[in-house]
Amino acid sequence: MSGGVDSAVAAARAKEAGHDVTGVHLALSRNPASYRTGARGCCTIEDANDARRAADVIGIPFYVWDLSERFHDDVVEDFMSEYAAGRTPNPCLRCNERIKFAAVLDRALALGFDAVATGHYATLREGADGLVELHRSVDAAKDQSYVLGVLTQEQLRHSLFPLGDTPKPQVRAEAAERGLLVADKPDSHDICFVADGDNAGWLREKLGDRAPNSGGAIVDESGEELGRHEGTYAFTIGQRRGLRLGRPAPDGRPRFVLDIEPVSGTVTVGPREHLAVDRLTGIRPRWAGAAPEGTLEGPDVAVQLRAHGGEHRARLTVVDGGVEIELVDPAYGIAPGQAAVVYDGSRVVGSATISATRRAAVGVR
Amino acid sequence: MSDRTVYLDHAATTPMVPAAIEAMTAELAQVGNASSLHASGRRARRVLEESRERIAQAMGCRPGEVVFTSGGTESDNLALKGVYWSRRAADPRRVRILSSAVEHHAVLDSLHWLADREGAEVELLPVDATGRLRVEALRETVEHDPGSVALISVMWANNEVGTLQPVTGEDGVDSVVAIAAAHGIPVHTDAVQAIGAVPVDFAASGADALSLTGHKVGGPIGVGALLCRRELEVTALVHGGGQERDIRSGTSATAAIAGFAAAVELAVKQQAEYAAAVGALRDRLVDGVLRAVPDAVLNGAPLQPAGPEDPTLRRLPGNAHLSFPGCEGDSLLMLLDAHGIECSTGAACSAGVPQASHVLLAMGQSEEEARSSLRFSLGHTTTEAEVDRLVEAIGPCVERARAAGLSR
Repeated sequence: MSGGVDSAVAAARAKEAGHDVTGVHLALSRNPASYRTGARGCCTIEDANDARRAADVIGIPFYVWDLSERFHDDVVEDFMSEYAAGRTPNPCLRCNERIKFAAVLDRALALGFDAVATGHYATLREGADGLVELHRSVDAAKDQSYVLGVLTQEQLRHSLFPLGDTPKPQVRAEAAERGLLVADKPDSHDICFVADGDNAGWLREKLGDRAPNSGGAIVDESGEELGRHEGTYAFTIGQRRGLRLGRPAPDGRPRFVLDIEPVSGTVTVGPREHLAVDRLTGIRPRWAGAAPEGTLEGPDVAVQLRAHGGEHRARLTVVDGGVEIELVDPAYGIAPGQAAVVYDGSRVVGSATISATRRAAVGVR
Repeated sequence: MSDRTVYLDHAATTPMVPAAIEAMTAELAQVGNASSLHASGRRARRVLEESRERIAQAMGCRPGEVVFTSGGTESDNLALKGVYWSRRAADPRRVRILSSAVEHHAVLDSLHWLADREGAEVELLPVDATGRLRVEALRETVEHDPGSVALISVMWANNEVGTLQPVTGEDGVDSVVAIAAAHGIPVHTDAVQAIGAVPVDFAASGADALSLTGHKVGGPIGVGALLCRRELEVTALVHGGGQERDIRSGTSATAAIAGFAAAVELAVKQQAEYAAAVGALRDRLVDGVLRAVPDAVLNGAPLQPAGPEDPTLRRLPGNAHLSFPGCEGDSLLMLLDAHGIECSTGAACSAGVPQASHVLLAMGQSEEEARSSLRFSLGHTTTEAEVDRLVEAIGPCVERARAAGLSR
């Protein structure tokens, strides 16, 4: 229970369904007081209190579990080192994979519980083969199956997502009916451990000397230097803002980050069309059910490449140690480190971490 | 599972005794501000002063030495800040405050605040493996420069592991009071856990200020007192009507104070019987738990005096503090809670985030050891049946908590 409206209603529904429910709030910050003023994330003292009050109203026991060390080691450190390596990670997937449906689930199972229920917008269905299937939520705008795309069958078997069949506005209304004071609490959007939402500033402070370079050149595709920067961690592929280039491009069109070279610190920029990619290599695949063999294709096969991005029709080939993904139409601004979650219709097939991208039609960039 | 709750957290708070409920409820129905001059005011004033006298009688002090507060935390704040400010005002060299590493947060956080904001030099003195202050370390620190010490504050009994501190002289030499008295340094002691559990006599103790609170002795929550000697200068913390000797302001909480006085009086009167009865139950608990979980470890001082050569009891009769190796204390607490058995990890909680106990760390335990412990504290309502319920449940719960591991 994060202290937000979704997990509160999820807990209430799980209890109403007849489960013996215990509320758990995860303490993820090693120093919760330091986030006291930035009540936007999910690890402030106020949020813990909101979660506790919700548990009171629902009528379930409530505890705070301190997973700050695990969270720091498995999520925050990974976030920093991925950025330092010029990649763009999604810490929410990582947290679901390593914390909520691993550390928390393991401890819960050992303590005698059967499952972890969360307020994620996704649905579980029993498949024909007896496997538990993960599907998109009915509320397409709130669907969170993407960040759950890392869950394996074993994890899904011990998961409950009581909100997947309900649109968000209805969840808020239900929270109000249930007398939960968090009914109109704003949604959290940013990365929970970056209190003010300033990723680059946070990384600059935390990475410090660990950054692989303290600065470098911003160049165009011909190699001509257009400006300087303070560290590659402030950039992500497809980024347009904050480049601080003194002079406009000769053609007057906006420039985007095309490539980040962390060792030399070189950031390459160019026009939007050069961001287009239609071949993705994915590593560390995680399958929701049985691992697919050979090639997966069809009118309903698609990948989603960001938490709030659209679907791209795709053809997926399982190769040794990973997957090769061919997009029917090119995608823009896809960065290594992002997760590609594979869908067959509304069903999540699995996910992989993008390690390389290229444009087949115009040759390798 | 039984539907009756087994309450083994009396050190957190203990149920009110009937005499206190009676005294308090009788007064709740009355009107009157003890500072008013009319008949209703005089009636309230009489209840207030009679309560003060009852507490003075029970605690071995003069009525004028009882300053009512909102509880132990306020008493500790008032004693530390009030005495520090007065002593420093009288001589600017007096900026050192000496205390122990195992104090309650009401003391520790006040001291940290004085260090951060008021230029105090705070020294927290070490304890031995049982949590008892190393008196020789205190002596050394004091004698290094006695003229710079503003005050010394050492608790009477530790709230987590129940260890009694050498505040007052057993042999007249090796005690906090004896060391301080040799240099005219005032001594404050937080005796919140000690009243009614062990003999505490303010005058005989030689301490200059002593904190106590209502709800640990069967009185209401929200009222307490600082006993302070007439001669002790204490700068006020809360200003206003000056109701309590100008040291503490605020309309006298007559009803709560009446309940508090009734509880203190009864607790002190019954102290010896209470200690014997609760001590026997505590021994039964420790014995049973150690039989159920043979590798559990009792923390703090031994249950009984060492022997004829050292007949001194060094532990609160109601305290059983145990470590369960391989368990996370929080997991165990949760599992026991699900069985209706209530206890404490004895640890400080900010945002409910469990921190390893500073007391156990000061006793030389590792973070992991410190996190594997639970405090069971018994009180005046504890029964054999309750103890046996715990003894029955603890084995399976420990087994399960061990499976969950020291997940961090």
